[in-house]
Amino acid sequence: MSVLETLFNSPLGQLVAKQAGLKPPPKLRRGRVLPTGPVVLAELPGADGAARAALGLLDVETADPIADVAENRIADDRGRQVPRPYTTPPGAVVVDATGVRTIAELEGLRQVLRPAVRSLERSGRVIIVATDASAVEGLEAHAVAQGIDGINRTVAKELRAGSTSNLLFLRGDTGADDLVSTMSFLLEGRSAFVSGQTWRVGPAKALHALDDRPFEGRVVVVTGAARGIGTAIAEVFARDGASVVAIDVPAGGDSLAQVANRIGGSALQLDITAADAGERIAAHVARVHGADARIWAIVHNAGITRDKMLANLDEKLWGQVLEVNLAAEIRINDYLLGDVVPGGFGDEARIVGIASTSGVAGNKGQTNYAASKAGVMGYTWELSRQLADRPITAGAVAPGFIETEMTGAIPFVQREIFRRTNSLGQGGRPVDVAETLAYLCSPASGGVDGQVIRVCGQNLVGA
Amino acid sequence: MTHTAVVVGGNRTPFVKAGTKYASASAQDLLTAAIDGLVARFGLAGAKIDEVAAGAVLKHSRDFNLTRESVLGSALSPHTPAVDLAQACATGLEAVIYTSNKIRLGQARSAIAGGTDSASDAPIVVTEGLRKAILRASRARSLGDRLKALASIRPSDLMPVPPAVIEPRTGLSMGESQALTTTRWEVSREDQDQLSYDSHQNLARAWDSGFFDDLVTAYRGVSRDSILRADTTLEKLASLRTVFGRGDDATMTAGNSTALTDGAAVVLLAEESLARERNWPVLAKVVDSQIAAADYVTGAEDLLLAPTRAIPELLERGGLTLDDFELFEFHEAFASTVLATLKALEQNGVGAVDRAKVNVDGSSLAAGHPFAATGGRIVASLAKRLAERGSGAKGLISICAAGGQGAVMILEAL
Repeated sequence: MSVLETLFNSPLGQLVAKQAGLKPPPKLRRGRVLPTGPVVLAELPGADGAARAALGLLDVETADPIADVAENRIADDRGRQVPRPYTTPPGAVVVDATGVRTIAELEGLRQVLRPAVRSLERSGRVIIVATDASAVEGLEAHAVAQGIDGINRTVAKELRAGSTSNLLFLRGDTGADDLVSTMSFLLEGRSAFVSGQTWRVGPAKALHALDDRPFEGRVVVVTGAARGIGTAIAEVFARDGASVVAIDVPAGGDSLAQVANRIGGSALQLDITAADAGERIAAHVARVHGADARIWAIVHNAGITRDKMLANLDEKLWGQVLEVNLAAEIRINDYLLGDVVPGGFGDEARIVGIASTSGVAGNKGQTNYAASKAGVMGYTWELSRQLADRPITAGAVAPGFIETEMTGAIPFVQREIFRRTNSLGQGGRPVDVAETLAYLCSPASGGVDGQVIRVCGQNLVGA
Repeated sequence: MTHTAVVVGGNRTPFVKAGTKYASASAQDLLTAAIDGLVARFGLAGAKIDEVAAGAVLKHSRDFNLTRESVLGSALSPHTPAVDLAQACATGLEAVIYTSNKIRLGQARSAIAGGTDSASDAPIVVTEGLRKAILRASRARSLGDRLKALASIRPSDLMPVPPAVIEPRTGLSMGESQALTTTRWEVSREDQDQLSYDSHQNLARAWDSGFFDDLVTAYRGVSRDSILRADTTLEKLASLRTVFGRGDDATMTAGNSTALTDGAAVVLLAEESLARERNWPVLAKVVDSQIAAADYVTGAEDLLLAPTRAIPELLERGGLTLDDFELFEFHEAFASTVLATLKALEQNGVGAVDRAKVNVDGSSLAAGHPFAATGGRIVASLAKRLAERGSGAKGLISICAAGGQGAVMILEAL
């Protein structure tokens, strides 16, 4: 720990920091925990009702919204007309804007969001559901769909005390069954560090009911599981019932074994860049879980950084990063997507990878890393498209600043800047990345396909 | 109903020179780590194994239940029973024999066998004079008797007694005993150095090819055997000074003798039907085994050549000859032990062993020799190699041990 960091964390340092406006960040609600306050449902004209039905499936009782119209306004202590406040701070405000097609109708969002933004409880939620541009007609409707995206991103920035706002675009024919896993994820603490994001939900190719232990009896493969985010991923999947196959390089074998044993999984020491990595993963699954076992999900988490300014970057450091972070993932999937083998992919496999905000926005000293991580996004989108006729889904998460050993090595001042320059004013935790991956891999998330979700607290970079 | 005991897999820590990276790890720590690595590899956390048998040569008095304590510290179910075995350097192989026999008798369907040793954390004991004086004092009924007992302690009694691998009946160390054998069997320095060189080359090749990816789990920041010198040369080995033997007869060096080593190794064994039910790899079955002992005290026989008595007995019982084996594992206590063993087998009419089939993945000279761990290391590696060769491939394991004993075993790929 640097002198500066020690000083900053001392009582005096904290006092000075507070005076300077660097308040300690809000503590986020995490885990499978719903908001405590009421869930307000605002259905704007023309709403298709999927949001209401999804909340019904979750047994969430809904409250009516306060609309910011003349009769709902009161004078504040300085005599200004403001919306009447909620008597109980809402835990979440769900806005069903699926019927909004005109610029004039956007006013409906303003009306229900204005009273909500200042009255949400801590770690509250704004969830906007709208119709995807692919399912609307006309120039104005397309403009409006994108307009809602702008609203969401801005609301997320204006919310306080750990509250988040996210937007779901529904593709045509998306029903409550398709939406429910996403609605549950967003309401619960699992989505703590996901804010200002927009993604698409469509009709699932195969439906499964929502479950608190969705991976019970299912095999989930996690690469890079010996430490950091990978360990958190393995733990979250195991918490949700999975038999986890934890993979890491032989040099990480002892901590890998500890992780595997702690969560009742198994360990496979494997360099994922080996030509036969896919075969060895399948063989391990068959060896530990029997010849009939199949992989439900694979989380391609293993990744490395070899940071250098491009002016100093040679072909070796370039190649290593692309090989581990991108090429290995493609090779392994190619094998597992091929012929059916013992221990290979099941019919409805979930394939998820890890992109990065560095891939979205670029990052000084990381051309190689950004290439690989942006590559993961491009690969995920096309993979999902190519698998359109199979009930397999592909997805990815793009973490922002996550508190790990790796980010702990960043010099203090830089680190403090990175961790605070997002809408939640803090770094995320490995578990936040893990929860999002587990949501993407959930059997009930079959309608969430080809999506890259940023877990970055709405990082200012690339947002 | 006949039962077949099969080797399913194995795990060990990387082996390191005593007094280095594992200096603060106890034999129990090492064994626990080896078991945990195996448990993780096969997803056995919380599972009950029918029995775990292991041991250590260098044992503290607190280690009276070493294996059971290791099991309790591991991720295995606490309902997994355990037993400590001891047969000097044959301990690990004897543990495999013990558990495979139980499996063959139907008394167990799954077992873990192996061993551990820490030469770094070896027990240091007090002198006999001090120990007896303290015992006398504790029995004394009066202050006078007590003082008298304590007064009998001489300054020399206060020196701690470090461990040494000394044969109690000859007073010779292992190296000194082997030096006699080396001379008797006229084993040349060049042959010894060549065998040592081959051991390092073979082990390095096995590591480089990823052979140990599913046989070894990194421990305390070590992910490869640290005694291994992939870059050693015959010239370097030839330049080392001798450490055992006298005068012109001295040919044994630190390069062709095993170093004191820390490490642990275990093997997962199962009844064949259980292995097949679980879809575990059926690497090789335990065909048979034999122990023999040599009359070394009188000097009539060699301390470490007892396997040359066990091997013909085992071959005869199975109707086999040395030509029936694709691979041989002769534990390299010293290079000259292996060479003298081969010479003796030939001279005794048992047969000639093709050197190209011996220790193809290196052995104790390169890997190191944590005494009780060596058997587990060899069984797991050989079983994996035999499985690669295909059904019917046989391998012979030979391990010499202190006390003039030797243990041998036949494995066969199914």
